[in-house]
Amino acid sequence: MTSTLTPVRSKRSALTKGQLPKYAPYAVLAAALIVGAAILALIGFNAFGWGVVSALLFAIGLVSWSAAVEGSRRAKDKLATCLVVGSFLVALLPLVSVIWTVLVNGIPGLLDPGFLTTSMNGVTGAFDNKAVEGGGPVMGGIYHAILGTVQITLLATVISVPVGLLTAIYLVEYGHDGRLAKAITFFVDVMTGIPSIVAGLFAAAFFFVVVGPGTKTGAVAAVALSVLMIPVVVRSSEEMLKIVPNELREAAYALGVRKWRTILKVVIPTAISGIASGVTLAIARVIGETAPILVTAGFATSINSNVFGGWMASLPTFIYTQILNPTSPSNPDPSSQRAWGAALVLIILVMVLNLAARLIARIFAPKTGR
Amino acid sequence: MSKRIDVKDLNVYYGDFLAVEDVSINIEAKSVTAFIGPSGCGKSTFLRTLNRMHEVIPGARVEGEVLLDGDNLYGPGVDPVTVRSQIGMVFQRPNPFPTMSIRDNVLAGVKLNNKKISKGEADVLVERSLKGANLWNEVKDRLEKPGSGLSGGQQQRLCIARAIAVEPQVILMDEPCSALDPISTLAIEDLINELKDQYTVVIVTHNMQQAARVSDKTAFFNIAGTGKPGKLIEYGDTHTIFSNPVQKATEDYVSGRFG
Repeated sequence: MTSTLTPVRSKRSALTKGQLPKYAPYAVLAAALIVGAAILALIGFNAFGWGVVSALLFAIGLVSWSAAVEGSRRAKDKLATCLVVGSFLVALLPLVSVIWTVLVNGIPGLLDPGFLTTSMNGVTGAFDNKAVEGGGPVMGGIYHAILGTVQITLLATVISVPVGLLTAIYLVEYGHDGRLAKAITFFVDVMTGIPSIVAGLFAAAFFFVVVGPGTKTGAVAAVALSVLMIPVVVRSSEEMLKIVPNELREAAYALGVRKWRTILKVVIPTAISGIASGVTLAIARVIGETAPILVTAGFATSINSNVFGGWMASLPTFIYTQILNPTSPSNPDPSSQRAWGAALVLIILVMVLNLAARLIARIFAPKTGR
Repeated sequence: MSKRIDVKDLNVYYGDFLAVEDVSINIEAKSVTAFIGPSGCGKSTFLRTLNRMHEVIPGARVEGEVLLDGDNLYGPGVDPVTVRSQIGMVFQRPNPFPTMSIRDNVLAGVKLNNKKISKGEADVLVERSLKGANLWNEVKDRLEKPGSGLSGGQQQRLCIARAIAVEPQVILMDEPCSALDPISTLAIEDLINELKDQYTVVIVTHNMQQAARVSDKTAFFNIAGTGKPGKLIEYGDTHTIFSNPVQKATEDYVSGRFG
């Protein structure tokens, strides 16, 4: 009778023999943190060094313990896991650092009354001096810069989307990989690599020739930005149009539908979600451009709602000028507070655009369901 | 509402490559004609030349004549779009438009061409086409749902409904059942039998039992070897082709002793 029962010799099953206990990583981590702190205390403590030394100790400790108990295959697996997770943390570090810094420095500026609703018109160094000395409110805001950024980006989108989308349609539907299509693809690739300042100089020089010397308006900046946007729109739309199954085009042709109608009513609606999110990402890509706007739209301190006339502010150029030329040279703190506030607003804008891209992709996606 | 097709000495090329050589065939109105033959022998290619769909592939061209009730499809000045609105096509894989509802899929031929149609007329057309494709009872309560939510067999019948909604003279089917299960296949075969009262039907199939079941006439295509052009070997009544073919190759193929 005893032979039919398996006697309980130990708590661990034979199948899990030779494994590290579940608490092993945590134990090694705790040990690594303590030993790391001790080592750092000998040579002078700092948080960054503590993190690096602890991470190294953790990897060495866990891998060698695993090698001793579990054998070399498991140890290699642990080493690979440590490398992957470590690389992920290294990649994440700058992002977290940037967001943290901008949040800490930007929130005071953002909470200033009137920061989002007033411009810098009439705000002089005297106000800033008073704000620093007497603790009065920091005057001025970024309303004009937000307005400028929105107008310039909108106009750039209005220019780039038709040009980019039509180019993509030509490449996919009519180009047949001919010489012209190959040339266009090549030059679009070249355009992707154009430094943004060159795009700005191009737009400035173009309007210098066409309109007259010293033409600086929001529209010139929009042209500069669309030079940067068009290749992105072409590339993303082309990819989206390419993945529309050929069977759908043939189905439409077989119903006696003309090619241009097939493209307009079948191909583009099928690809619209991808195209729309590609366009949104292209906007997010150019909204933070500084250099091309500086040389094409200048910078303004007052509200300019005419994109075709007069200098125009934008968020990136606002940040640039506030940091480089503080409103009050003797007390730059209020200016840098405004700059950080503007930076936070810009990051939020880009984040909202990225979320919008996902939302658009989901809304336009072909419906499924029964 | 159906026309006959007469093909005279047709050669089909992809670029310089001769894919189908010297086909002459007369397809009767209001009948079902089946094309059988091994893979790569040019049946599908030939079928696509009957409504100028092969031109969608770059470099494809034909020599010879295809007459639709005496009018040459390849005559000068003939618009392929006009040809395709008279000769509809159903493809191997069901391909309903994913952005459209079941109703819009049926109306696609009308709506995509921007023809004006009143809601009442549209309702009548949708019901008639779906009934013609034996799909009405299954989808009448969910016409606004997307067509991609249907099963494969239902999708294929939706594609047939879409093809007959534009009221063509001829319907070409390129292996319409090869992606379907036996029950859906049976539904499509029943449908083909009904369609021939009104339309001229040409069907490409790999399934010889299917050809024997649905068709009045059968054409056997064959290929001498890789890189050689496909040829029409024998064409005649389905009964004759399957029971008493003239050519040795046809007999070998239909009896399964191929090669």
